[in-house]
Amino acid sequence: MNKKCDVLIIGAGGAGLTAALNAEKSGANVIVLTKEYPTRSQTCMAQGGINAALGNAGEDSVEDHIANTLKSAHGQADPEAIAFMCSEAPKAIEWLDSIGVCFSRTEESKIAQRALGGASASRACFAQDYTGLKILHTIYDRCLEADIKIENEKYLLEILKDEKEIVCGAKILDIRSGEVEIYEANAVILASGGYSRIYDKNSTNSSASTGDGIATALRAGVELIDMEFVQFHPTGLKNSSILISESARGEGGYIINSMGKRFTQELAPRDVLSRAIDAEIKKGESVFLDIRHLGEKLIDEGLPQERKLAKLYENVDPVHELIPIRPVAHYTMGGIKVDRKSATSLKGLFACGECANHRVHGANRLGGNSLLEIVVFGKEAGFNAALYAKENVRTKSIDVETSSVIDEIKEYENVLDFYAKREHIGDLFYKKVGIVRTKDELQEALNEVQAIKADIFKLGVSDTSKKYNTNLVEFIEFKNSLDVCEAVVKSALEREVSCGAHYIV
Amino acid sequence: MKISIKKDEGLTEYESTLEDITLLELLSDIKHTKDNSLAFSSGCRSSVCGSCSMRVNEVEVLACSYKVKDGDIVEPLKNVEVIRDLVVDMDKAYSFNQKAKAWLSQISSGISLNDGDAKANVVQSDCILCGSCYSACPVYTVNGEFIGPFSLTRVWKYVSDKREENVEEKVTDIQTNGIWDCTLCGNCTVVCPQNISSKADIEMLRMKSAQYGLMDPSFGSFDGGFGSFDGSPSF
Repeated sequence: MNKKCDVLIIGAGGAGLTAALNAEKSGANVIVLTKEYPTRSQTCMAQGGINAALGNAGEDSVEDHIANTLKSAHGQADPEAIAFMCSEAPKAIEWLDSIGVCFSRTEESKIAQRALGGASASRACFAQDYTGLKILHTIYDRCLEADIKIENEKYLLEILKDEKEIVCGAKILDIRSGEVEIYEANAVILASGGYSRIYDKNSTNSSASTGDGIATALRAGVELIDMEFVQFHPTGLKNSSILISESARGEGGYIINSMGKRFTQELAPRDVLSRAIDAEIKKGESVFLDIRHLGEKLIDEGLPQERKLAKLYENVDPVHELIPIRPVAHYTMGGIKVDRKSATSLKGLFACGECANHRVHGANRLGGNSLLEIVVFGKEAGFNAALYAKENVRTKSIDVETSSVIDEIKEYENVLDFYAKREHIGDLFYKKVGIVRTKDELQEALNEVQAIKADIFKLGVSDTSKKYNTNLVEFIEFKNSLDVCEAVVKSALEREVSCGAHYIV
Repeated sequence: MKISIKKDEGLTEYESTLEDITLLELLSDIKHTKDNSLAFSSGCRSSVCGSCSMRVNEVEVLACSYKVKDGDIVEPLKNVEVIRDLVVDMDKAYSFNQKAKAWLSQISSGISLNDGDAKANVVQSDCILCGSCYSACPVYTVNGEFIGPFSLTRVWKYVSDKREENVEEKVTDIQTNGIWDCTLCGNCTVVCPQNISSKADIEMLRMKSAQYGLMDPSFGSFDGGFGSFDGSPSF
């Protein structure tokens, strides 16, 4: 029996859940599917803050927010989309505040704001160093209140279209049972996250950021845009790529080399700083974040997570020692092309969050704008998909086979280890499709990805269990990543001139 | 080092030359190089997503923030159904958030919070829903419907929020299978990776309940062992 709803949402991070709330509010019957659980998505990892020109910490204006965002985008954004997002920002904060997000406050009982890179004012509202976590959990609580149907551990295999090429549902793997299920819907929203994990261990992201939604949409014929724009965060821990928040530099941390010399501007935009650090590393230097001068008290109050993670993963105590760092993949600006109504190039398919490209970040995203984007455009996507679903009610049930890529994978030879390949591709991309790119190296990377794709049948899975087969899910994720990798390099090859995060020499 | 992992087919020993690493790093290495079939959940690697909670030597930990040691015995969480190896089904545990109505009941705008108000439930809102407290809670051996530590902490988060105007309704909803079922043993507090004390939050909810005349039902019906004592001697 196929499951049916008006609006099917794939992904239960901040964007997906906000979309769900608004679709439901607009009268649609909603089902949300997630390959994990709602509160485990990438949104929970956002620390810095969410931008809105409230002017609670010095003068600020929506116009300045727009101007800063436009500047960082390097001409690759849609000015109207940016203007819309920045104008909606104060309302978004008001909503989050009204549902109980624990924003930090000023002594004057206003929502506290702090400075992040590239902003002309202290514009980022924050909830200690857990902004994303607290926003996500509060929105999740709202979904429970609204009694929204959320199904956990469901993995997207295919986007389904009818004979008129109109999206009508999705083919889903129930990870727990191993069964393939068909979901029918009048509209589908993808809110499935970004693709930073194509860089494998060279990324700050959760291991789930594999670009599944983007790859699946691409196979269904959707248009992608600006896939080459990948943001590298300057301060990932050297060995584990765990993020050390920008607030460490905001508080006054230095970037130094092994001679103890500062060689760059610590609060320069992320792309500029990442390139400076990358150049130093390529000279054979080691690079460190130095926050020793901030003192134990400030570190424990302002950067407790950073101290804990540095101790755990690098065996250094930042109060007394230098933190070894390097730039790693952090956020993907590119994604599914959507219009102002979050509609993709496929009728019936909408997208929001990091998998979508609303063209508000352009070639380089500002810190504090990603949480804002998921709330503002999550709402738009939910509202517009519900409206579309109401106007395009499907009367005929679809008849689809439950055969899928899984049957194909069962026939693969599995003579080569895909985990090793995944790591290899991650390192290859870090080196050749990374912070500084050359045309030749991009071409080499493309050739290698295409060679692996051609030989995909030599890879495969060894676990034959139907029940909760993570070996299989991780292999499908890897297959998806390869499609995304190809799209990223092709897009990078087409852009011959450097722009923002895409730096080509 | 050698560690043992409780898989579906039984306790399985793995040997590794890796040292000074987190349990999650070791599990990933085992999965990639030794046993592709090993099932466990993980995500952020930095203790905020709550995916990799499990038990080591009978104590709940996040695999990503625990340095694994020779001889460790790794098992799935308790009080939840095991799906496969270290993967458990959290659906029922999470459903208690909805049963407890752990949200702001009354959305009121224009209430201003000062710095102190905002700090009132900062720790409670650090919860990552890893379920460690749920696993460590002894009440589940006698009452599977107990609303439980993390959900009650979440209720206290909203009850202690100045923006919540309907506190009485909120505490009324957690009287049955709720705050009075807790034994105040403190296991939840010991295992919480975020330093939350659900026990303390439950005590706060009890005090709040008392303000509305809501008392421990086992006290209310306490009859001193005399049956339905109406004042007249029954012997």
